[in-house]
This record gives sequence, C-alpha cells and structure tokens, in this order.
Amino acid sequence: MADNDYLIRLEGLTKTFSINSSRGFRSARLTAVNDVSFDIRRGEVFGLVGESGCGKSTLYKAALRLIEASSGSVYYQGRNLYEMSFRELMKVRREMQVVFQDPYDSLNPRMTLEELAAEPLRIHKYGGRARRLARTEELFAAVGLPVQLIKGYPHQLSGGQRQRLCIARALSLSPEFIVCDEAVSALDVSIQAQILNLLLDLKEQMGLTYLFISHNLSVVRFVSDRIGVMYFGRLVELAGKDELFDHILHPYTYALLSAVPEPDPGWIRKYAVLQGSVPSMLRPQAGCVFHSRCPHGDRLCTQTPPELRDFGGGHYAACHKAGELNLSLDTGCLAEKG
Amino acid sequence: MRTLLSNKFIMLGGAMILAMLLIALFAPLLTVYPYDGLDLANKNQAPSLEHMMGTDPYGRDVWCRVVYGSRVSLMVSFAAVGVAVVCGSVLGIVSGYLKGGFDLAAGRLIDIMMAFPSLLLSMIIGVALGPSTRNMCLSIGIPLIPIFYRVARGAALSVGERTFVIASESMGSGRFRTMFRHVLPNVLPQIFVVLSMGMGGSILAEASLGFLGLGIPQPTPSWGLIVNEGKPYMFTAPWTTGFSGAFIALTIWGFNLLGDGLRDHLDPRV
Ligand SMILES: Nc1ncnc2c1ncn2[C@@H]1O[C@H](COP(=O)(O)OP(=O)(O)OP(=O)(O)O)[C@@H](O)[C@H]1O
Ligand SMILES: [Mg+2]
Repeated sequence: MADNDYLIRLEGLTKTFSINSSRGFRSARLTAVNDVSFDIRRGEVFGLVGESGCGKSTLYKAALRLIEASSGSVYYQGRNLYEMSFRELMKVRREMQVVFQDPYDSLNPRMTLEELAAEPLRIHKYGGRARRLARTEELFAAVGLPVQLIKGYPHQLSGGQRQRLCIARALSLSPEFIVCDEAVSALDVSIQAQILNLLLDLKEQMGLTYLFISHNLSVVRFVSDRIGVMYFGRLVELAGKDELFDHILHPYTYALLSAVPEPDPGWIRKYAVLQGSVPSMLRPQAGCVFHSRCPHGDRLCTQTPPELRDFGGGHYAACHKAGELNLSLDTGCLAEKG
Repeated sequence: MRTLLSNKFIMLGGAMILAMLLIALFAPLLTVYPYDGLDLANKNQAPSLEHMMGTDPYGRDVWCRVVYGSRVSLMVSFAAVGVAVVCGSVLGIVSGYLKGGFDLAAGRLIDIMMAFPSLLLSMIIGVALGPSTRNMCLSIGIPLIPIFYRVARGAALSVGERTFVIASESMGSGRFRTMFRHVLPNVLPQIFVVLSMGMGGSILAEASLGFLGLGIPQPTPSWGLIVNEGKPYMFTAPWTTGFSGAFIALTIWGFNLLGDGLRDHLDPRV
C-alpha cells in the first residue's frame, strides 16, 4: 500500500495456535490469523469486522505483540515491534493502549478504581502521588465517571461504568493509538451510543488513532473511516467506509452487510442467508476460504486462494470474481439464488 | 465479614482453634505442676482431684503436659506450614504465570517430592538434619510444599489467562510487577483455604514423628511425644494417650472445619 503516513503497519501477520488434540500426542494447528497485511493511518478510525471467532482479537494481540505472531512483522512508526527487546517494547506500549472486549474481566477485582485508573501512570512512573491523583480525577471527569467513586471497587460499577473506566485508563498516558476490542458490545444500546460518542469526542480532542473492532456493522459504520472485513483469519475486503457500503466487491461482505437490520421496520430486505458448511480452522482447505459458503464459487475458487487485489481508490478485495458480480445491497442477488 | 461469621463451619472451627491458641498462650496460668517434674511414686494415676487427667508413666501431670505440649505442637506446625506456604506458593505462582522452562523444572522437582510418602520424607529429612526444633519445622514443612505448589500453580494458571492480567501487560507492566499486583492477590484466597488443611496435616505429622521418637528432644512435651510415652500403658492407664490424642484430634478437626468453611465461603458454587 502506497500511503506512507501510516501509524502502524501489519505485514503478512500470521498466528497459528497448536491445540492439543484429545487423541494421543499429535497436536492440531489452528490458524487464527492468516497472512494479514494492512496499515492504519495517523488520526483515522480503522474498523475491523467479521463474525465471532474469525480472529479479530488474535489479530490485534499479535499486532501489539501481546502474543507472539507465528510470522510476519508489525511496524509502529516505522519500527518493527518484532525486532524490539522486551524493554523497548514496554516503552512503546505506553503509546498503544487497549480497551478489552470484556469489561467485567478487564479490571482486577482487588484493586480500587483509583489504583486501576492510575495503573498505567504508575507503570510508567508518571509524577508523584498527588499528581497521579489529580490526573485520575481529570480522567474520571473526561469519561463521565463520578469522582466520588474513586475509592470504590470494580464490583460497585455497572457494565457501562466499567467500560468508561477502561477507557479512562487507556487514555491516561495520552497514547497515540487505541485498540477498542468490542468496546461497546457488552453494553446495552443506549449506553453504546454514549460510549461511542465519548470515544469520537476524545479522538477529536486528543488526535487519537483507533483500531475499532466489532462484529456489529452498524457500530463500525458509525465510527470508522476505513473498514476491513475479516473472514476465517483472512482479510477479505478493505475500503473506505462509504466506498465499502456502495460498491461491495466480496460476497462475504455482501452477506455481512445485508444481514444488518434496518432501522425502518416497514422496509424488509431480502437477507442473504449463507448456505453451505462453515469451514474448520483446524483443517485448512485449498482455494478461497469462503468457497464452501459462497453462492458464486466455481472451480478456480476451490483450487487457488485469491490474492488481496487493488481495485482503485484504496479498495481492496480478495475474490477471484470481484468486480464481476452485482453485489449492490438493494437487488438481493444472493438471496435469489438461495 | 458478617457472612464470614455466619458460616457454621468457620465459626466452630475458628472457635476450636482459638481455644487451643489461648490454652497454649496462657499455659502457666492453667497449670499448677511443672511439666517435667518426675514423681515416680505417683506414676500412672487415674484422673483425680489433684490430677484432673491423671499422671503419666513418670508421674507427671497429664493435663500440664498436654497444655505445655500444645505450645510446641502448634508452634512447630505454624512454622512448618509457614515454610511450606512461602516456598510452595512462590514456586507455584511463578510456574503457573511464567510457564515454560521454569514450570517444567519446578514441576519435576515437586513430582520427585510427591513420590515419597510424606511421613517417610519427614523422617528422612529429620534424620539427615538431626534433632532440633528448627529442623523439626523443616522436616514437617518440606513435604507439605507440593500441596501449596499445586494449588498456587493451578490458580495462577487460570488467573494468568484473565483479561486484567493481559491488560496490565498491554499497558507496559513488567512480568514481575504483574505477578505481584495482579496474580498474587487473586491466588491468595485459594492458598488460604489449603492453609488450614495444611495446619491439620502438620499437627498430625508432628504427632506422628513424636510418636515414632523422632520429634523434639526430651523433656519438652509435644502431643506426639506424650502419646508415645503413654503407649506401653495404653490399656492399664489409657488417660495419658487418650487425652493427648483427643487434643490432637480436636485441633486437626478444627483446622479442617475452618478450611471447609472457607472453601464454601469463597466459592459460592460449592
Ligand atoms: N490462546 C488460544 N489458543 C488456542 N486457540 C485460540 C486461542 N485464542 C484464540 N483461539 C482461537 O482462534 C480463533 C480466533 O479467536 P479470536 O478470539 O481472535 O476471535 P474473535 O474474532 O475475536 O471472536 P469474537 O468476536 O467472538 O471476540 C478462535 O477459533 C479461537 O478458538
Ligand atoms: Mg474477540
């Protein structure tokens, strides 16, 4: 990809887990992230969507080197994270923070909210006690948490408040890059909107860059500038938000987008219900990862895996038939076939 | 805290142990005879007004011996469990959290220790180190290490997978900081539960070693030793073994009740 103004760049990132099979000693291998390359530009919100279990969380964990990737490299501001020493990595992590998927499990139940919010400050030796307290109170205010709670414990918080605390914590060291892994999925809809607006406001104020992960397309559509679509560990389509919604190139993206419920109840869309079997991550198949469920597949698709190809205007898709299919959201060509 | 006290097991076990501790603490106030005063003319006397638990084969007051014996038995057990908790938990937490080579090495070491019956291991260590109170603590404590190791390692393995541990790493925390700030506090409750079970085990081990004549050197009384001394007269003068044995049993029971209660209290699913 040509653009040089990127903050973080993934090149051929692959993560394979070995799973102990129940029979005997042979361990099976599960490729959770398979040869993914893309970059995230400074100041943008990059949305990553894909169904549950497609490797989204694994992708960012490998990208931040929270788990070791099996192969590939990640450049953060031009420096390869996988060539850094542990100490250098600890320093760089100051600039990259994560809001984790599960707000109920991401706060140590035995620490006070103050300790939790100030944890990054303490790790990176920010100021003295008084200064940290002041900063913590500032952060509580920024994310809309009542400051009186500061001496409380996480079990006293609601899910939404926990998520706010996680966000406060991620912001505490004024990072450059924040990964939000399903940052709002555990919350109910009214609070989702509050948190999303909070995240976008903070981005404006502090010039943040987000990797925004979700399986909820409406949410991703609301916040993102560019969107990547993942399927079974692979990046299958990547485009600017409007471009993606207007000119779908990959049949999987089509299926995903057409499954989004419309806000208008009188309007019924023909759902592109996916047929065929879900492939197993344990037994990689030849050809395109999507071919067993794709209504347009032919022999080529079962034999050769498609490359991620550039279709102009920053629109990439990994499909042999991309551009030949009519995948406009209103005609419902997938549904007709099924 | 209120719910902690509403648990019947915790209350009962705690009360029994508290009583034992008070007896040990106020031993001089509770006894009138010296614990080592020989009076061979009055040996093996049945319980009477002068000697409420009778006298032992050397004519010493059994109640007095048992009361002073509680000091030695409890102290040795606390020290032994202290050794085991510290060594076992540290090894276990480091193994469970760091995994890899350290885990493998420590795991094999523990396997070797577990291959010996713990009483045999105590005896080997006791004989190798020679008789003294400190060596007694070591010889009882070392065989208990695997219990704490296994609990701590298991707990650390599962805590290590939790999001807040990964979150702390992702914020740039070093592994040792994460281990002390996040893993340790969440592993402690589980260690706490086995702690009281370990106490019971070590009282028993102390008694067994004393009974086998490998305990604290004479004439300091310990429960196991008193049982041992009364053994030849078990049928003609059962009070010596009986009362000291009852104290051993009550203490172990108390610690086990406390342990069960704590486990129920900390794990609502049980
Ligand atoms: N530590 C691990 N060991 C083995 N397999 C793993 C591990 N972590 C994840 N996986 C597997 O990798 C695949 C991708 O998991 P991942 O958590 O990245 O999915 P996800 O896209 O984040 O899903 P969700 O939307 O449900 O969070 C899953 O099949 C999962 O079972
Ligand atoms: Mg996930």
